[in-house]
Amino acid sequence: MRRESGRRGVAANQDVLAGVLFLLIGLGAVAGARDFEMGTAMRMGPAYFPTVLGWVLYGFGAFLLLRGIARGGDAAVSWGWRPLALVTLAIVLFGFSVTRFGLVPALVVMVLVCAAAGRGYRLRETVVLAAVLSAFAVGVFVYALQLPFRLVAGL
Amino acid sequence: MELLANLGLGFGVALSAQNLAYCFAGVALGTLIGVLPGISPLVAIGMLFPLTFTLPPVASLIMLAGIYYGAQYGGAITSILLNTPGETASAVTCLDGYPMARQGRAGPALAIAALASFFAGCVCTLVIALAGPPLAELALRFGPAEYFSLMLMALVASAVLTHGDLVKGLAMVVLGLLAGLVGTDVNSGVARYAFDVLELADGIGFTVIAVGLFAVAEIVRNLERDEPRVALAGRITHLMPTRRDLRDSIWPTLRGTAIGAFFGLLPGTGPALPTFATYLVEKKIARDPARFGSGAIEGVAAPEAANNAAAQTAFIPTLTLGIPGSAVMTLMVGAMVMQGIAPGPQVMTARPDLFWGIVASMWIGNLLLVVLNLPLVGIWVGLLRVPYRWLFPAIVMFCCIGNYSVSNNPVDVYLCAGVGVLGYVLAKLGCEPAPLVLGYVLGPLMEEYLRRALLLARGDPSVFFTRPISLAFLVAAAAILAVMIIPAVRGRRGGAG
Repeated sequence: MRRESGRRGVAANQDVLAGVLFLLIGLGAVAGARDFEMGTAMRMGPAYFPTVLGWVLYGFGAFLLLRGIARGGDAAVSWGWRPLALVTLAIVLFGFSVTRFGLVPALVVMVLVCAAAGRGYRLRETVVLAAVLSAFAVGVFVYALQLPFRLVAGL
Repeated sequence: MELLANLGLGFGVALSAQNLAYCFAGVALGTLIGVLPGISPLVAIGMLFPLTFTLPPVASLIMLAGIYYGAQYGGAITSILLNTPGETASAVTCLDGYPMARQGRAGPALAIAALASFFAGCVCTLVIALAGPPLAELALRFGPAEYFSLMLMALVASAVLTHGDLVKGLAMVVLGLLAGLVGTDVNSGVARYAFDVLELADGIGFTVIAVGLFAVAEIVRNLERDEPRVALAGRITHLMPTRRDLRDSIWPTLRGTAIGAFFGLLPGTGPALPTFATYLVEKKIARDPARFGSGAIEGVAAPEAANNAAAQTAFIPTLTLGIPGSAVMTLMVGAMVMQGIAPGPQVMTARPDLFWGIVASMWIGNLLLVVLNLPLVGIWVGLLRVPYRWLFPAIVMFCCIGNYSVSNNPVDVYLCAGVGVLGYVLAKLGCEPAPLVLGYVLGPLMEEYLRRALLLARGDPSVFFTRPISLAFLVAAAAILAVMIIPAVRGRRGGAG
């Protein structure tokens, strides 16, 4: 229980950040449910349960926010933005290229980008890894499990 | 006698060549993945999930169960040899397992872990076979009010028992419930929170949530740390425990099994709590508590037995009530739903082959673990040396292909990336992902039961308090909350005064 971040500004406070996040999602849920019919407790419409949940989430968020300001929760430290961005990008690139170019190019691109998220990028090793993983995926998913993938588009 | 007939049916199903092969494949793959550093059983199941899509329902669940306890045993191997637990449940095994390995007794520690797990597995298979039918019968009498209260209790328990902040746990439950509501409402046909995205109208897929939260977010968290130095504690020279090791392990194994089996039954608990509880019990009643932490064999036997016992009995609420007891069980429930089986008390009567087949396959899987792993331990040790920079692109590959192959749609892959980012941010803010997944699975069910209960009661919410079983669940939920809140409040007052 370290509470040393009390005076280091609220921006780095876990409780404040989590509180704001939950509070906003809760409000969003309530706002998003306004398009539908509310109904009554006896005949609940599609908006009833989500609205209740949205307000509850708003309440938890507000509680965390206030507690974070009052007590100064633990600081959220060391965000790994680089691995987060690269892994996310690799996954998105896979989704983007798998339907357009086929499974093998998508996997090669994915592995090349993804490997950069680790420490110490070694190009030759990564190329070998991409080749091995692609061969493995083709063998297991396409030939053994018969999933409907195109290996390379146009071939 | 009915028990024998049921178990006979189960073994008939589980011993068919095909199912035996999938059980074996699951256990072997699970151990293989579980041994790899930085991969918890949840990640293992999440990433191997798509391998089971194309299988028939019984085979796919047998294989998933096999992956689960295989990965758990793999976690015990890394705990004992490397002092790096893959998950909280096996953290306790490190305390005495690693010192044993450093004293050159890694072999006996691994053997005792396997044997204690196997013993717990045997007992708990019987417990499931005995407790399952009466529980399912009781559950068949539950009305919507009872189900709603039961789910509320399970959700509260999951928020309380994940280590971390209570309020954050509860908020994650609510966030999960909301995530489960995305998509077309069955009663009105309205697409909720779909933002005119066609794919969201079908709801957020289960694999998207599970893989995004447990695999993608976990990888990023591992990558920002330094790669763990592989420091193997000695070589494995002999496997057989001495006669004294065995004698010392008998009672701790029995106690661990009992404690684990009890906690596993409670929905929402998971295997971490019983392993800690049983370790404390052993330490308390030991004649010489000072040995604990420096290689006491009881400190390996009892938590491993408790871990496996809780893992096994967690199948009871999952299979008989449809209420998953832990994050892993939510994955099993998700798999059942994807296979077109509605989890709940009717499974046992409608699909006895499925229920008893899974029960029997658990025992077979535990046996396979002992038979397979003790001789193969050299291979598993070799896998410990695989560097993480080769592993994580392979895990991401499984995640991508798994999400894409659910409906051959890249949108699921994009959503998974988004859930991964959210999961990472939440984890960084001290919010554990397990309660969210439980909420996600139970969300639509809870709404449906709430709707039905209030319809039957003409909108009067007192129905949840006047029906005795429902009231009992609510009282239990309140008691769990009180146990958590009261000491915290007292402690703060004490600290201020």
